[in-house]
Amino acid sequence: MSDHKQIVVAGIHPLIPVQRSVSIPSALEFVGRMTNRFFEWFGEIGIFSWNVLKAGLTPPYEWRELVRQLDEVGSMSLPLVAAAGAAISVVISMEARYSLSRFGAKSMFPTTLVYSVIQVMGPIMTGLIVSGRVGAGIGAELASMKVTEQIDAVEASAINPYRLLAATRILACILMLPLLTLAADASGLLMGWLAQAMVEPLSFHQFIASGFKGSKLSDFLPPTFKTAVYGLIIGLIACFQGMRTRGGAEGVGRAATNSVVLASLFVILADVVLVKFILVVFP
Amino acid sequence: MATAYDIAMKHTEPEKDSGAPVVAVEDVRKSFADHMVLDGINLRVTRGETLAVLGRSGTGKSVLLRLIIGLEKPDSGSIRIHDQDIAGLPMDRLGEIRKKMGFLFQHAALYDSLTVAENVAFPLEHHRRDMSRSERADRVKQLLAEVGMEGDVDKMPSDISGGMQKRVGLARALALEPEILLLDEPTAGLDPISSGEIDDLILKLQRERRMASIVVTHDLHSAKTIANRLALLDQGKVVIEGSFEDLQQSNIAFVKEFLKQS
Repeated sequence: MSDHKQIVVAGIHPLIPVQRSVSIPSALEFVGRMTNRFFEWFGEIGIFSWNVLKAGLTPPYEWRELVRQLDEVGSMSLPLVAAAGAAISVVISMEARYSLSRFGAKSMFPTTLVYSVIQVMGPIMTGLIVSGRVGAGIGAELASMKVTEQIDAVEASAINPYRLLAATRILACILMLPLLTLAADASGLLMGWLAQAMVEPLSFHQFIASGFKGSKLSDFLPPTFKTAVYGLIIGLIACFQGMRTRGGAEGVGRAATNSVVLASLFVILADVVLVKFILVVFP
Repeated sequence: MATAYDIAMKHTEPEKDSGAPVVAVEDVRKSFADHMVLDGINLRVTRGETLAVLGRSGTGKSVLLRLIIGLEKPDSGSIRIHDQDIAGLPMDRLGEIRKKMGFLFQHAALYDSLTVAENVAFPLEHHRRDMSRSERADRVKQLLAEVGMEGDVDKMPSDISGGMQKRVGLARALALEPEILLLDEPTAGLDPISSGEIDDLILKLQRERRMASIVVTHDLHSAKTIANRLALLDQGKVVIEGSFEDLQQSNIAFVKEFLKQS
C-alpha cells in the first residue's frame, strides 16, 4: 500500500483529458513517523544508559582503558581547545574595548573579559569543540568496530562492551571537560590580556586583580563544572550512536555525523537549562 | 587409498563418554522482521566431536552460531551449554559460560588498533590477571606458534592477509583454553591452498585439544576434511544429519542437489 496520497490532475482540454499523478506525502503520516522515531530514540538511549550505568558500577573495572581514554579525550583535544579559547578571547577583547570606550567604561574591560570568558564563552565553546572532535571520533570508532564485528568479538570474549567501550569513554569525557574548560579559560585570559596590552600597557597582575575584583568562587566554579554535564552528553550520545550502527561505511559516516549534530544540539540546550539552574542555586 | 576425510574420521572420533552433549540446541526458532531464519533446529555436540553445519547462503548458519555464543536470543526453544540454558542469562553470568567458548568470526574481527600479539593477549589480560606479564607473553607466543604466526607479532591486522587474520583470530579464540570452539566460515574468501592450510590447522588443534566444535561452512570439501558429522540446513530446518556417507546415500532431492553443486 502506498504511503502517499495520489492527487490526479485532469487536463484542461475537454476532448483530450490528460491525467497526471503527483505523490504528496501525508503531512500527518510524516509527523507521526517523526514523533515515533523521536520517542524511540529516547527510549533506546535510556536503555543504553541503564546498561552502561550497571556495567560501569560493577567490577572488574577497566582502569587501563579509562586512562587511555583520558589521554585520548584530554591531551588530544587540549591544543584545539586552547587555540579556540585564545582566538575567541581576542575577538571579545577587540569588540569589548570598542563598545566600552563608546560608553566611557574602559576601566570595566578586565572584568568584562574575565566574566565573558569564564562564565559564558569558555564552557560553551569547549563543549562545542569537544562535541565535534571527540564526539565524531568516538562515534566513528565505535561504529567502525560495530560494522566489523569487533564489538561482538569483545562480547564473545566474555568482556562487557558497555563497561569496556562505553563507560570508560563517557567517564573520560565527564572528567576531562572541566579541565579542558580551565585550559580554554586560561588561554583566553592570557590572549585577552595580550590583545589589550598591545593597545594600552597593562601588567598581567593588574589585569587579573582588576578582572577578579569583587568576585566570588561561586561566580566561576559552577560555570566550569557544568561542563561535566556536557561531557556526559557528548560521551553518551557518541557511544550510543556508534554502538547501534548498521550499514557498513555509510552507517559509520552517519554515526559520526549524528554524534556531532546531536551532541552539539543537546550541549546548547543543556547550557540554557544549566545557566538558569546556576542562577537560581548560586544567586 | 585413504582420503583426507578418512584420516579426519580416524583422528577425531568422539570420546566415548556418557554421551552427555556439551552443546544442545533444542527446538530453536529465530526470525528477523517476519522472516523466519531458523524453524525448529535440534542439534547436539559432544566433547571431542566436530559438527559441520552446511547450507546455502542465507539459511541461518551464522545466526545459529551467534545464538550459541549468546549474541542473539532465540524466539523460542533452548540452547544448553553443559546442560545450562543460556537464553535468559544476564550478561555477566553468560560471560562465565563464554569463557569456556572460543569464537572465530567469518572475517576474524581482529581489533584493528591492536597488534597481532595484543589481539591474542586481549582475553588473557581481562580474564587471566593471575598470570604475570611474562607468563602472558609466553602464552601468546605459544598460541601464535601453534597457528604459524610467531613471526608477525608486531604487525597490525591491516598489514596481514585474510588467511593470516583468520589464523590470528583462531589463536585468540584458543587463548582461554576453551572446551567449545565455534568457527564461522573459517575458509570463506580464501584461496584453495590457504583453505587447506586452515583445515589442517583446525584438524591438528582438534586432535590435540579434543574440544566440542561447530563449524559453519558452505564448503563441502572443508566440511568433509574436518568434521565427524555434517548437518545440512534448508529453509530453517535440518534436512539431514550424519556422516558424509549418509549424505551421499540420501534420497532427499535438496541433499542430492547440494552435493552435486558442491
